Amino acid sequence: MTAAALDGAGPATSARRPRHPGGLTPASGLGLGVALVWFSLLVLLPLAAVAATTAEGGWGGFWRAVTNEQTAAAIRLTVTQALLVTAVDVVMGTLVAWVLVRDSFPGKRLLELLIDIPFALPTIVAGLVLLSLYGPDGPLGVDVTNRRPAVFLALLFVTTPFVVRTVQPVLAELDPEAEEAAASLGAGRLTIFRRIVLPAITPAIAAGAALAFARGMGEYGSLVLLSGNLPFRTEVASVRILASIESDDLPAAASVATVLLVVSLAVIAAIDLLQRRMVRRG
Amino acid sequence: MADRSRRRPPLGRWALRLVVVAYLGLLVAWPVGLVARNALDGGLANIRDILEEPDTVHALRLTAGVALTSVAINTVFGVGISLLLVRHRFPGRRLLSALVDLPLSVSPVVVGLALVLVYGGRDGWLGPTLEDLGLQVIFAPPGMVMATTFVALPLVVREVVPVLEEIGTEQEEAAHSLGAGAWATFRRITLPSIRWAVVYGVALSLARALGEFGAVKIVSGNVAGRTRTATLVVEEKYLNFDQGGAYATAFLLTLVAVACIAVVTLVRPDQSGGRSP
Repeated sequence: MTAAALDGAGPATSARRPRHPGGLTPASGLGLGVALVWFSLLVLLPLAAVAATTAEGGWGGFWRAVTNEQTAAAIRLTVTQALLVTAVDVVMGTLVAWVLVRDSFPGKRLLELLIDIPFALPTIVAGLVLLSLYGPDGPLGVDVTNRRPAVFLALLFVTTPFVVRTVQPVLAELDPEAEEAAASLGAGRLTIFRRIVLPAITPAIAAGAALAFARGMGEYGSLVLLSGNLPFRTEVASVRILASIESDDLPAAASVATVLLVVSLAVIAAIDLLQRRMVRRG
Repeated sequence: MADRSRRRPPLGRWALRLVVVAYLGLLVAWPVGLVARNALDGGLANIRDILEEPDTVHALRLTAGVALTSVAINTVFGVGISLLLVRHRFPGRRLLSALVDLPLSVSPVVVGLALVLVYGGRDGWLGPTLEDLGLQVIFAPPGMVMATTFVALPLVVREVVPVLEEIGTEQEEAAHSLGAGAWATFRRITLPSIRWAVVYGVALSLARALGEFGAVKIVSGNVAGRTRTATLVVEEKYLNFDQGGAYATAFLLTLVAVACIAVVTLVRPDQSGGRSP
């Protein structure tokens, strides 16, 4: 799943990389060609079309589209909520990963299953799921619908697995010797965590956070039933894009989409850098 | 390990456990359980009802068809690209490896928009030409397959690549030196060792494909009985105050999604407390 975006995150894998990877044979060259054509038609060309459509309108058009009062409010809300959710994910994700790796108790595998459910569940169902507990008829008596906490809750639900799944394997590979040495020298548990464990898992936390932030920025399905999509209050960037598409204003849709796309590209670049850093550490 | 856990005061450990269980319980377990309860409220009546509506049955069939097609494409593409990325060196390899991850962080709405801009029948880049050739992509199943394939694209690759790196090339080289051809080597040596990674990748892709909503909403046109998928039925029913139907459809989707995840989480051998990435 998503954690797998960090292949080679475990130090062990990089050491066992094949020593003599071959160049291209005619057959594999053909395969590469076919794969590249398909990848271009499916991913690269359409994403380029988003950028090109934005560029056609010129800088002025782009700026008008993203500074439109309602759109700007939606982008601001999306960024704020995505950042907030990422912050919670960093703390709770690390905590969950810690418990899953260092603790053992009956039912732990059930927790493993729970963590992946938000990833596998259809987003619209995720919205419905949250409505059943945090909606008007929820047994807790908390009703978040059509309010900002709805956006926060939906993003928190769908981004739950990211930090857990990137930190968990790195934590599991961590050599306990350094921690034991620190403990025998009288370091407290908090000091050990802060000085030894945390530095080792920080790149993994950052990578998970980047994925969670990107997911939060672009989230749509889990929000539609929950947030009410109220302009200036609970409307997020992706809902604005959809509204522009539906009113046939594709250049405006492309402009907002370009903003999201830049975030996606930045995240992918950041993860690539972090991945190299983790491999070097190993 | 045992040593360390004995030194840690059990109180702190219990507190951590409690926090984690409460967090996941409130955020995931309880709400998901409620969906099952709401769907099964009054026995199987809700589910029987939706299975008697022709449009809903059509949507379920369409969803299965689109999802299976895109999973098949992603499996072939995913295994192929993994082999290329791990076993070969070519210019642009690292860029390709990073770009393959891109769909994970692109918003589904952006995916839908991007496909419309290229394949839209009216003024897409390629759409009008393709429609002249008799191939309608947007507002038709091909576009839905493309949207679904796009969002699930990295999942097989990301399962298979680490395993390929892990197993190395020794066996493949041995087979090759004994005169086995490339295809025989792949079928007899490589495939058996990446088998489970492929199964996990397929399970994850299937869950993702069945559940795609935003991108499909844009490219499908959402016409009942023609291009409306199961996730779109959930939204439609909920907005039309058919809560029973919405929960029943959602419940069916949840069952499949959880089954897929269970394959990945429970069948996979426990690797020192963590799933390998």
